[in-house]
Amino acid sequence: MAYSFPEEVLEHVFSFIQDDKDRNAVSLVCKSWYEIERWCRRRIFVGNCYAVSPRIVMRRFPELRSVSLKGKPHFADFNLVPEGWGGYVYPWISAMAEAYPWLEELRLKRMVVTDEALELISRSFKNFSVLVLSSCEGFTTDGLAAIAANCRNLRVLELWECEVDDRSGNWLSHFPESCTSLVSLSFPCLDGEVSFSALERLVSRCTNLRTLRLNNSVPLDKLPNLLRRAPQLVDLGTGAYTAELRPELYSKLGDAFAGCKGLKSLSGFWEAVPSYLPATYSICAGIRSLNLSYATIQSPDLVKLIRQCPNLQRLWVLDYIEDCGLNALATTCKDLQELRVFPSDPFGVEANVSLTEQGLVSVSEGCPKLQSVLYFCRQMSNAALFTIARNRPNLTRFRLCIIEPRAPDYLTLQPLDAGFGAIVENCKDLQRLSLSGLLTDRVFEYIGTHAKKLEMLSIAFAGDSDLGLHHVLSGCNSLRKLEIRDCPFGDQALLANASKLETMRSLWMSSCSVSFEACKLLGQKMPSLNVEVIDERGSPESRPESLPIDKLYIYRTIAGPRCDMPSFVWNMGERSALRFS
Amino acid sequence: MEGALGLLGGGGGGGGGGGSSGGSTDGSMSTVSKAEVVEQDYVGLMSEVSSYPAEAELELGLGLSLGGAVKSNHCPWREYGRILTAKDFPSVVSRGSSASSSSSSGRANTSVTAITGTKRAADSVAQEVGPANGASQVVGWPPIRAYRINSLASQAKASTVEEEDSTAIGNGRSKDSARKNINGTSNKNNGNVQENGRLRSSLFVKVNMDGLQIGRKVDLNAHVCYETLAQTLEEMFHRPTTTVNAIRSSGENEHAVKPSKLLDGSSEFVLTYEDKEGDWMLVGDVPWGMFLNTVKRLRIMRTSEANGLAPRYPEKDQRQRIKPI
Repeated sequence: MAYSFPEEVLEHVFSFIQDDKDRNAVSLVCKSWYEIERWCRRRIFVGNCYAVSPRIVMRRFPELRSVSLKGKPHFADFNLVPEGWGGYVYPWISAMAEAYPWLEELRLKRMVVTDEALELISRSFKNFSVLVLSSCEGFTTDGLAAIAANCRNLRVLELWECEVDDRSGNWLSHFPESCTSLVSLSFPCLDGEVSFSALERLVSRCTNLRTLRLNNSVPLDKLPNLLRRAPQLVDLGTGAYTAELRPELYSKLGDAFAGCKGLKSLSGFWEAVPSYLPATYSICAGIRSLNLSYATIQSPDLVKLIRQCPNLQRLWVLDYIEDCGLNALATTCKDLQELRVFPSDPFGVEANVSLTEQGLVSVSEGCPKLQSVLYFCRQMSNAALFTIARNRPNLTRFRLCIIEPRAPDYLTLQPLDAGFGAIVENCKDLQRLSLSGLLTDRVFEYIGTHAKKLEMLSIAFAGDSDLGLHHVLSGCNSLRKLEIRDCPFGDQALLANASKLETMRSLWMSSCSVSFEACKLLGQKMPSLNVEVIDERGSPESRPESLPIDKLYIYRTIAGPRCDMPSFVWNMGERSALRFS
Repeated sequence: MEGALGLLGGGGGGGGGGGSSGGSTDGSMSTVSKAEVVEQDYVGLMSEVSSYPAEAELELGLGLSLGGAVKSNHCPWREYGRILTAKDFPSVVSRGSSASSSSSSGRANTSVTAITGTKRAADSVAQEVGPANGASQVVGWPPIRAYRINSLASQAKASTVEEEDSTAIGNGRSKDSARKNINGTSNKNNGNVQENGRLRSSLFVKVNMDGLQIGRKVDLNAHVCYETLAQTLEEMFHRPTTTVNAIRSSGENEHAVKPSKLLDGSSEFVLTYEDKEGDWMLVGDVPWGMFLNTVKRLRIMRTSEANGLAPRYPEKDQRQRIKPI
C-alpha cells in the first residue's frame, strides 16, 4: 500500500515536526519517508560526538542548519577526565565547512574548541548566527574576535563556564559598527576586561538585545549606562556588584533597573554588596529566574531580595541562605520549579552555615510546582527524604549531594537506602537522580524496581557489590547515562548486562573494580560499543589483567574506535587488539 | 527532548538490547540470551588466564536469573569480593573518608561494619592501604565544577589574609586555607585546624611541553613539594609509549623520591611556570606554598630557550631544595 502524497506535501507536513524523537519516528515509517525526512531535517542533536562521525551525519542529512554536539563525559566537569582525552570539534567544523555552507547554529558542550576552529566557523558559514559554547575549552579571546569580526548576522554568542585564555585583545571591539543583529551576548566566564566603550556602543546599536550577561570585570558603576541603553532586556547578568556606598550611584542604578520593565532573569552578582541589592527591587515582581550562586551574601539580605520576587520559578543560591531563608522562600515563591543550593565552603570539615535537610523539606512542602532540585548539604535523614518524596511526587530531577562521602542518616546512623527508595517510588516521572550518603545494594534494588523513567543516574561511594550495579542495569528501562565513581562494582554485573549498554548513550566507571580482562572481553564481544580504558598509570598491559583499571568509559557508536585517542586511553575492541601485541 | 539520531534503530537495524521502551519482558529476554553468550565466553576465558587466582570459582549464574531471584546472599558476589586483596590495590588512592579519623564524623566508620553482612571487600581493602603519602585526595568531590570553585576561591582571596606559607609547607595547603575563609564574616575556620582534610580542593593548572600539541593538567594540591610534582610530570610526559613497566607497578613505595631531572638542570628540558604577573619563572626557587599562591600554569621548556628567565645558581648544589617532610 503506497502513499500517494507527493513529496512536497509530506515535506511540508514534516516541517511542523521539530522534536528529534518525533523526527526519528517519522524516518522509520518507510523508505520513502526516511528519504524525504532526511532531506528536510534542519537540526540535529548529537549527544556524544564519538557515537557517529561527521561523514555519516553529512551523508544522511545534507541540509542541516543547526547542529548540537556534546563531547566529554559529564564527570569531566569534576576533573575526573584527564586533559587531552578528546572531544575535539575541529574535525566536525572542517567537515561541515564543506557540507553545510548554510549552517546557522552551533551549540557545543564539553568540547575542545580551538581558535582555528572558531576562525574556520567565522569564515565558512555566511549565515552563521548562533554560537553557544558550554563548558568548552581550548580557545582564546582571539577566536572570539574572529567570530565577532566575521559573522555578519550573529544573533547569539553565549559562553557558559568555558575555560578561555584571555588575551585581552579587545575582542568585543571586533564587532563591526554595522553589527546590529545581536539578540544574546553572554560571557560571564571570561576573566579579562572588555572595552567599556565598545560594549556600550554595541549594546546601543543592537536594539533587539534580549540577553546580556557580563563578566565580573565590568564594574557596577558601568551598569546603569548599559541598562539605559537596553531597556528591552529580558535577561541580565551583572558584572561585579560591588562598589563603595555612593548615593548617586545607587539612585542611578535604581532608575536604570526600573527602566528595564521586561527583565525576567537576573544573574551575576559577583562580590555582591547587600546595600546595592534593593536597587533591583522595582523589577523583582517580574523576575522568574534568579542566580545568586556567586553572591556571598548572608541569609537576611538574601531573604529580603527573595521576598520581592513572588513569581520566582528558578533560584540558584549559595548555602548562605540557610534553613531560615529557605523557609522564607517556601512561603513567598509558590511558583518555584527549580532550586539549586551550592556549598559556600565545600572543603570545610565543619558546617559553616546553618543549612540542613530541613531547608529542603520546607521548600518541598511550600512549593507545589517544585520539579528540579540540586542540593548540597552536610546531613540528611531517611525521614526527611520520606517527607520530600511524599510532598513532591512531581519531582523530575533530584540531585542530592551530602558532602561527606558515605554519610549515614544522621539521626539513626542507618544507610539512606530507604529514603532514596521513597524518592524513586513516589516520584514516578523522575528523570535524573544523583545519590550520596551511605548506601548499600538495597537502594539500587529500589531504583531498579521503581525508577522506570530514570534517564540519568550518578553514583558515588555507594553500594556493596556487583548486585547493586546489576539492579540498575537490569531494571532501569529508560536509562541513558550512568556515571559511577568509587563503588565496589566489578566485572560480573557489567558482563551480564552487556547488551544493556547498547541501549544507553554511555557508562562511566572510575575507581571501581572492573578488571582489564573484563574490559577486553566486553570490547571484543560488543562491536557496537567503544570500550575505552583510561589509565594514567601506564598501559593496563603492564599489570596483571585481573587488577582493576582506573577509569572506564563505554559508549555506543556506529563510528568505530576513534582515531584521536591520547596515549593514556585504550580501546578494547577487536581491531584494537593488535595494539597489544 | 534529546534524541539520538535514530541511526541505531533505523534503517533496518533491530537494535541489540531490545531497546529502552517496550515491555520489560522483551528487554530482559534478549538481555538474558546475550548475557548467556557473554558469560560462557567469560568463563572460558577465565580458565585460560594464568594470572587469575586458581582457587577462585566464580559462579556466573547471574544472567539466567534476571527474574529477580538474585538476593544478596548470593555467594558469587562474596567470592568475587575476596579475590581482590590488599596487594591488588597498590596505588589506588584512598577511598576518601574511609580512613578518616575526624572527630565529628566517626559515624562513617562505625556504619561501615554496622550494615548488612555483605562484605565490602574493595572498601575495606582501601582502608588498609590508606593514603600513601599523606596528601589524601578525593578528586572531583564534592562534585562542583572547577569554574565555580575557582570563582569562590578568588572571591575569598579578595577578602582574606593569606596564611603564612611556612606553616602550610608541610601539606601545601595554603591555598586551601584561603579557600576555607570563603565565608566572609566568620573566621572560625581560620588557622590550620583541619585534620586529615580528606576533602580538599584541587588546584589544577595546565601543563604544556614544548613540542607537544596536547597539554595536560596537574593537580598541584596533590603534591607537597617540588620533587613529587616533577616526578609526576616526568611520568606524564616522558612515559614510554610501549608497554614497558609502568613506573608505579604493584606495591612499590611511592615515597622513593629521586632527584628530578627537570629540577636539577640535567635534562634537555626545564620546568617553568607563569606567575600571577605574567612572568615566566623557573620552578623551584621559592618556597612551595608561595609557589602555589602565584602559579598560573606550567610549561616544560627546552633548556635552550630558558635563557633570560630568573637567574639560576651556577652550582647545582647551591640550589635551594625543598625537602619533603
